[in-house]
Amino acid sequence: MSVANRPVNRPLSPHLQVYRLPLLAWLSILHRATGIALSVGALYLATWVMYAAANPRTYAMFESFNTSIVGRIVLGGWLFSLFFHLCNGIRHLFWDAGYGFELKDAYRSGWTVIVVALIATVVSWIVGLRLV
Amino acid sequence: MDRRTPLARARGLGSAKEGVGHWWAQRLTAIALIPLVVWFAISLVMLSGADYATVRAWIGSPLVMILLSLIIAVGLHHAQLGMQVVWEDYTEGGTRVVMIVLTKFIAVLFGLGAIVAILRIGLGA
Repeated sequence: MSVANRPVNRPLSPHLQVYRLPLLAWLSILHRATGIALSVGALYLATWVMYAAANPRTYAMFESFNTSIVGRIVLGGWLFSLFFHLCNGIRHLFWDAGYGFELKDAYRSGWTVIVVALIATVVSWIVGLRLV
Repeated sequence: MDRRTPLARARGLGSAKEGVGHWWAQRLTAIALIPLVVWFAISLVMLSGADYATVRAWIGSPLVMILLSLIIAVGLHHAQLGMQVVWEDYTEGGTRVVMIVLTKFIAVLFGLGAIVAILRIGLGA
């Protein structure tokens, strides 16, 4: 086989269409996505308080969305976003202080964040819906 | 190598100028939000399914008035700092300026609205 015909086996650049993102990249993306979701959620929280200051009928309208299926799903997603952003934010603060940069540590803290956020969300749902 | 003109440098458009203040504010609000968010998440779960009167009694108690005002003010400040970075990353030019200004205006508007609402509930106005 001539040099020109040899199959090309150069390393590929991490282009998004051909590159499987590692866990740490997904966590980074998720941190920003949940941050954006929580920004909207903060406005929703402020709106909730303003509705509570209004009359009972107006508040009941607002509450009826929260207790609907769609409302429950949105609030559940908001709660997961809150717990994930909280846990991963603490992870970021440790990095800012100079700890946990080893790849092994970054993966361990990453999985911890996912597990803790999921558990906190599920426990909140169970207690919140008075299932126990 | 610094390729900026002396004028650009003098105007402070570069690293380690205003960006440090933004970075610190984001960390400081993040630290403040850790206990606030834990408190709020637990409170919300406990309040789940509560009626109008119960919610108002909760919001109107002195400690909750303080903590709820804090989490809304600090949370919205943290949110607008983060959203500013998002706009800076994905938009440019006029769109970027408009979106950042809009984000900050909305944050202040909703923050003040919520705090007035808390005071009205708590003080019975």
